[in-house]
Amino acid sequence: MLLQRHGSSAKCMSSRHSRQSLMSSRRGSLSVTRSQKKQIMMWEALREAIDEEMEKDPTVCVMGEDVGHYGGSYKVTFGLYKKYGDMRVLDTPICENGFMGMGIGAAMTGLRPIVEGMNMGFLLLAFNQISNNCGMLHYTSGGQYKTPVVIRGPGGVGRQLGAEHSQRLESYFQSIPGVQLVACSTVANSKALLKSAIRSENPIIFFEHVLLYNIKGDAGGPDVYQSLESAELVREGTDVSIFTYSRMRYVVMQAAQELEKKGYNPEVIDLISLKPFDMDTISKSVRKTRRVIIVEECMKTGGIGASLSAVINESLFNDLDHEVVRLSSQDVPTAYAYELEAATIVQPSQVVEAVERVVGSKLAYV
Amino acid sequence: MIALSAALRASQAACTSSNAIFRTMSAAAASDKILIEVQPFSAHKIEAPSNKVETTLSELRAHYLFMYRMRRMEIAADMMYKAKLIRGFCHLYDGQEAVLTGIEAALTKQDSIVTSYRDHCHHISRGGTIEEVMAELFGRSTGATKGLGGSMHMYNRKANFYGGNGIVGAQIPLGAGLAFAHKYRKEPNVAITMYGDGAANQGQKYEALNMAALWNIPIIFVCENNHYGMGTAEWRHAKNSSFYTRGDFVPGLKADGMDVLAVKQVVSYAKKYALEHGPIILELDTYRYHGHSMSDPGSTYRSRDEINAMRTERDPIERVKKLLLANGFDAAELKKMDKEVKKEVDDAVEKAKAAPIPPDHWLWKNVYAAPANTELRKVDGGYNTPDYDPEYKN
Repeated sequence: MLLQRHGSSAKCMSSRHSRQSLMSSRRGSLSVTRSQKKQIMMWEALREAIDEEMEKDPTVCVMGEDVGHYGGSYKVTFGLYKKYGDMRVLDTPICENGFMGMGIGAAMTGLRPIVEGMNMGFLLLAFNQISNNCGMLHYTSGGQYKTPVVIRGPGGVGRQLGAEHSQRLESYFQSIPGVQLVACSTVANSKALLKSAIRSENPIIFFEHVLLYNIKGDAGGPDVYQSLESAELVREGTDVSIFTYSRMRYVVMQAAQELEKKGYNPEVIDLISLKPFDMDTISKSVRKTRRVIIVEECMKTGGIGASLSAVINESLFNDLDHEVVRLSSQDVPTAYAYELEAATIVQPSQVVEAVERVVGSKLAYV
Repeated sequence: MIALSAALRASQAACTSSNAIFRTMSAAAASDKILIEVQPFSAHKIEAPSNKVETTLSELRAHYLFMYRMRRMEIAADMMYKAKLIRGFCHLYDGQEAVLTGIEAALTKQDSIVTSYRDHCHHISRGGTIEEVMAELFGRSTGATKGLGGSMHMYNRKANFYGGNGIVGAQIPLGAGLAFAHKYRKEPNVAITMYGDGAANQGQKYEALNMAALWNIPIIFVCENNHYGMGTAEWRHAKNSSFYTRGDFVPGLKADGMDVLAVKQVVSYAKKYALEHGPIILELDTYRYHGHSMSDPGSTYRSRDEINAMRTERDPIERVKKLLLANGFDAAELKKMDKEVKKEVDDAVEKAKAAPIPPDHWLWKNVYAAPANTELRKVDGGYNTPDYDPEYKN
């Protein structure tokens, strides 16, 4: 569903934004100061997306823990219950398996619920419902039933949240047939993608990142949607294709500044669509640069990078001059201690080092 | 095992002794009211409905016909499974026919229904044909879900039948969602979610009960208690086997699930209740003649005596047949109906045997509901753009 590709990704490359995202470690303060007229935080952009779609379509509803009267644990549904009522912004008890099944059952009848997992990690309890009754349903019902549900929530490694609250569920969900996985990364694409996800007939698992809710940026208006299956070109380059998504986009862009100083010219592509991959954009980039680095927050084993690496190897082998390099998190539970947590995930210096290794010394390019 | 059989026999004895039949007119015409006394209902936190049920000969005839069709279909499925035309898992419903017949008699097609993997009969109760069920079991393209779902995945969207679910208990929250949607749209309909005594121990059932009671969702939880959770008897898997009381704050009713009139009475009552007050649990005491599935002989954890006792003393079809004959229904017409049903089932099996298998390219159809640039990677490399055959999509 492609109505307009949002073009403000360039803004999000700026150093101010990437520093801000790495520094922000608390939930946003209640007083939001806006330096420019339209700059809003990502949680506000997501909230606008939900508000606009709920206004347009009475079948859109929200359900989840603390989404209503509490205001949303990350404020994404702040105040919406006042406007739409308790039925359309439903505070559920803490029973992920139960309310996920309920949302999916409602979607089978034609409603369009947005089911929130307070943390994506809690949705492991709802895995059966997501896999069997949502993902596979259109197929096993012979095309009779659709489940136009959006399953959204924050995931990823935060600031010392501990192992169980720092999981990357995209690696577990990616094999489920029939679902689409989308990861937003900027204020602009978060709003446009969430709007498209709500309009989509397919079940969408929408990954937000716990550390990105307070980044500031421009968001589009009520008619701006973004294709759920297209990757975003963040920085055009020639030396190497760096594929990334979610918060790692900012890690890569931070590394890119340093790489620019050293004379490298990396191409950075934000995958956006984790399932299915936008092979069009990906293969065009690989054929141009002939070198690939995947930077992800998933673990080494079985992550999105593992799948993408295999795909690139199998379909673009002859266009590669170097094996696909994957920078992923360590295959360990995320430690609580700050230093160990930092050592678990990919840091900008590792991206710089990987590019230097893959592209080689810049003297050869003179 | 012996203790369970004794309990079942005791309930059976109570049935026959209280089954007094009153005639309101000397000649029972097809639409004349017949008053039947059924086994009294057990109630939890609610007043039980009257156990005197009004019916007519034509209604009994319809019940008989429908139950007999279900029975013959399931027996045919049994034979086809043994002939290796049906593979995998096949869960048969024979013995439990009265439950579904009574439920459908009390509801309309605008009420939603969702059930477990024991769903062959639900497909025909919601507008499907026996041929579609058999073709689906054979994996043919004319099947209920085009041969892609199989025994455990029958659906009928036009008649609000939401499936067929393979995982025990997963349909219970789905049922809560269906009822939620009715309430959201302010429709005067209920959702029925059916599950067994085994599934009654699932956590998601209690999650759904809590939410349903919290928001007064018009849902009827129907526990088809056939006394065995797969291969484990009720008294060995449930600490409290009075399933109609396990809703705690949710009221419950227990009825004889082998008596179609009792089931219809209690479901009608429950529908009125649910539309006004929210969730209610119904426990329907029933029995399955077959094992849990065709892979289970069904005799390692129960005695043949018990199974035969059920057949002779509590069989739902025999009960209705006795009622019909006692009220002046023509025995010859019954025989004729039997023959027609047998022919219908045999024809369906033959047609299903001759039906085409799904074409190869259907492997990729309907993985996604909307195409939207989705390329599905083929295992052997390359991509396959799923296309959507207009005739295929309902």
